Amino acid sequence: MLITRRVEFSASHVCASPQFTDLQNHEIYGAAANPHGHGHNYVLEVTLEGEPDPVTGMVYDLKKLKDVLNEQVVGRMDHRFLNVETPPFDRVVPTAENVARQIWQWLAPEFRDTAKLRNVRLFETEDLWVDYAGED
Amino acid sequence: MRLTRSYRFSASHRLHAPALGEEENRAIYGKCNNAWGHGHNYVLQVSVAGRVNEATGQLVNVGALDALVRETAIDPLDHRDLNRDVEAFARLVPTSENVAIEIERRLRQSWPATFPALAGVRLLETKRNSFEILS
Repeated sequence: MLITRRVEFSASHVCASPQFTDLQNHEIYGAAANPHGHGHNYVLEVTLEGEPDPVTGMVYDLKKLKDVLNEQVVGRMDHRFLNVETPPFDRVVPTAENVARQIWQWLAPEFRDTAKLRNVRLFETEDLWVDYAGED
Repeated sequence: MRLTRSYRFSASHRLHAPALGEEENRAIYGKCNNAWGHGHNYVLQVSVAGRVNEATGQLVNVGALDALVRETAIDPLDHRDLNRDVEAFARLVPTSENVAIEIERRLRQSWPATFPALAGVRLLETKRNSFEILS
């Protein structure tokens, strides 16, 4: 069985790499390369996979899931400027792809027992989202 | 990694199969068979899948994806009457199944070799109906 919980956080970022010139950054990232940054209301859907415990009837305690998401994700990123305040985005470009992969890295070790992390879906806007399931 | 981008277009259509009689068409398509047609605000979701480019942190350049989808799928359909303005539906009934198939075919035909794989398209006719093709 899959269970999914949704959380939201708001953060600002700049998408530009020091490996590229200003012109290249603008070509690759467009307006997202603006050096002073811009922000999004991110929405994160975290999906766990497991079987309901025969006694509690739960795959995972949703209150505990909420606490893990707040500690590992929301606390690190909500109302932050990711490039400055949230490592590793001081050296990793905070594209939606990289943010989703980092969220996976933060969350996967939390779900090692009965329920396993199955997917993270990160909406940067209503019209753009990425799904990451731990693959290369 | 999979990335999905959502687009909108508005178009009118009439569901009427030329092979069937008037009564049969009305029975099958109901209000959608109204002779003067009707329209929808369609939502098109295009998904790509592959590996992230480690230099850019991107699976695909979203600006390039937008340009491709707009040129091949959105601009030719937006603010058109599908039956009369879009060659593919001159004889083919523009049900959302057929519109989704046509969009997926157009995207596949113009898909650049440099892009990650087209993973699928999902067409929402209204908030309540959606049609998905896994490429």
